[in-house]
Amino acid sequence: MTYLNAFIVGGLICVIGQLLMDGTKLTPSHVLVIFVTSGVILTAIGVYEPLVKVGGAGATVPLPGFGYALAKGVFKGVKENGLLGAFTGGVEATSGGITAAVVFGYLMAILFTPKSKL
Amino acid sequence: MQKKNQTQKKKDYQKYVEQKAPKPKYVRNCIWAFLVGGAICTIGQFVHNNVEDLLGLTHLAATNVTTLVMIGLGAFFTGIGVYDKLGKLAGAGSIVPITGFANSIVSPAMEFKREGFVFGVAARMFNLAGPVLVYGITSSVIVGLIYYLIYN
Amino acid sequence: MAVKRLGAQTIKFLNPPAIISTGSIVGPKEGQGPLADYFDAIIQDDLYGQDSWEMAESKLIREAVTKAVDKAELKIADIEFMFGGDLLNQLMSSSFAARDLQVPFLGLYGACSTMTESLSMAAMMIDGGFADRVVAATSSHFSSAERQFRFPLELGNQRALTASWTVTGSGAAILSHSKGGPFVTHATIGKIIDYGIIDANNMGAAMAPAAADTICTHFDDTGLQPSDYDLIITGDLGVYGKEIAVDLLNKKGYDAAANFSDCGIEIFDQKKQDTHAGGSGCGCSAVVFCGYLYQEMQLKNIRRLLLVSTGALFSPTSSQQGESIPSIAHAVTIEI
Repeated sequence: MTYLNAFIVGGLICVIGQLLMDGTKLTPSHVLVIFVTSGVILTAIGVYEPLVKVGGAGATVPLPGFGYALAKGVFKGVKENGLLGAFTGGVEATSGGITAAVVFGYLMAILFTPKSKL
Repeated sequence: MQKKNQTQKKKDYQKYVEQKAPKPKYVRNCIWAFLVGGAICTIGQFVHNNVEDLLGLTHLAATNVTTLVMIGLGAFFTGIGVYDKLGKLAGAGSIVPITGFANSIVSPAMEFKREGFVFGVAARMFNLAGPVLVYGITSSVIVGLIYYLIYN
Repeated sequence: MAVKRLGAQTIKFLNPPAIISTGSIVGPKEGQGPLADYFDAIIQDDLYGQDSWEMAESKLIREAVTKAVDKAELKIADIEFMFGGDLLNQLMSSSFAARDLQVPFLGLYGACSTMTESLSMAAMMIDGGFADRVVAATSSHFSSAERQFRFPLELGNQRALTASWTVTGSGAAILSHSKGGPFVTHATIGKIIDYGIIDANNMGAAMAPAAADTICTHFDDTGLQPSDYDLIITGDLGVYGKEIAVDLLNKKGYDAAANFSDCGIEIFDQKKQDTHAGGSGCGCSAVVFCGYLYQEMQLKNIRRLLLVSTGALFSPTSSQQGESIPSIAHAVTIEI
């Protein structure tokens, strides 16, 4: 059941992205920025949390999930460290992902070269 | 008067071009985005459930590990030249998941290897993904500050 | 007194220079296209044994010029001047090729219109009596253009339906005085036309008005009609841009639909090769002319040709600043 939920929630979030890309002149970069920011805002107003409860990875793997993790981290940070937490909490919670992206990115660039397109 | 005519002429032309341009295949694109996006999230769920059980992690830790693994997968499939083919078919289905975030980091890093490892790989790595971090982190700080003000 | 000027924008060559030989070389994708048999060489790896795509593109120009020189039974040293250009910043591939060839070089930038720009300039030089043998060469390369103007190759994005595919290839034409043709008889230099199209993924629509304007001016200046030509072929308007150009010409009172085509449409098989709108780039009209059209003219299947290379003069900077795309087209009449 958790798998089906993940599939549907994740798929639907992607469909919203597709509609934004096809229906407007927005580039993928714009869509990603909108998604991560909406993830933060939706979490702050308490809308995203229920979606994560239902969808599991379907809500945390798409980019709004990154915004969700940032927002959750910030809330935790503020609770524990006050004002400083507002600055440290977000990156603290997502540090794994950011570091992985940097390290894997660097590693792959060393290992592989882009292939010609036909 | 002539200037006004020119602007009108341009506007008419732009309208005409818009009519002439082919429309994207919305239904087909959305179905592929749904299927591939859904599948990537299902893989994420699979990873999550397994690391939670096998490594005995808390739910939050398992979510973090899942993110890590998914980014690793996205980076790897970009490296071997598969992710761009998936993206061509799936569109947002492979752009929106965190694997797409990894793709947007690895692809410029690989692309600019020939410009060197400092100004090429390292400097260009966040060409496309940088905005995500800038807006994500900034908006989270704003949200954090508001939260701080409300609860103090 | 400019005796060779005709009408508003056209030059009529009084001693029409001949195109004595051409060279063309293309990448693997173009080598799978419908015109494959017409090209002198098809490379299998688009890196072409070089360290970067930019240097591979430079080698393409070098090889195209060498091929043209060989076919004319000349030596590189016999070439007195070279007009050339490409899409890269500071004309990287043409200037590096000219460095290696050691031919006196005049670099031109007209984006994808550079082929007819360099042909016109070379023809003027010959007709004017400034030189006896001049080469006009341009190139483009999918991978080097993609990284400068669009996205990294491995990025998983979807290309717009109106987007075109940059041709990997280079064409070179040697102009000289000769009794045998084909001859360059007219050149119509285009004005920059901008109808306010902003979308860099729809260059066909941005360039179509420029193509229509130049073609129309050419007819007005020369008194020729579309039916005087066996073929009127634009550079890289693509499927949608071509339709628009034909429409615009119709509105101006010229019915060119019957013998109108586009190099970007000819070079790829739109259905099988998934290029969306068609081919583009400086190399597109260059290889289609230097390979396909030149041979068809020698066989007299085409006797009078109007080649209209079209260029979108935007840059990543102008595009990000939200500016519209200024476009240009130059027309060259070639007869045999």
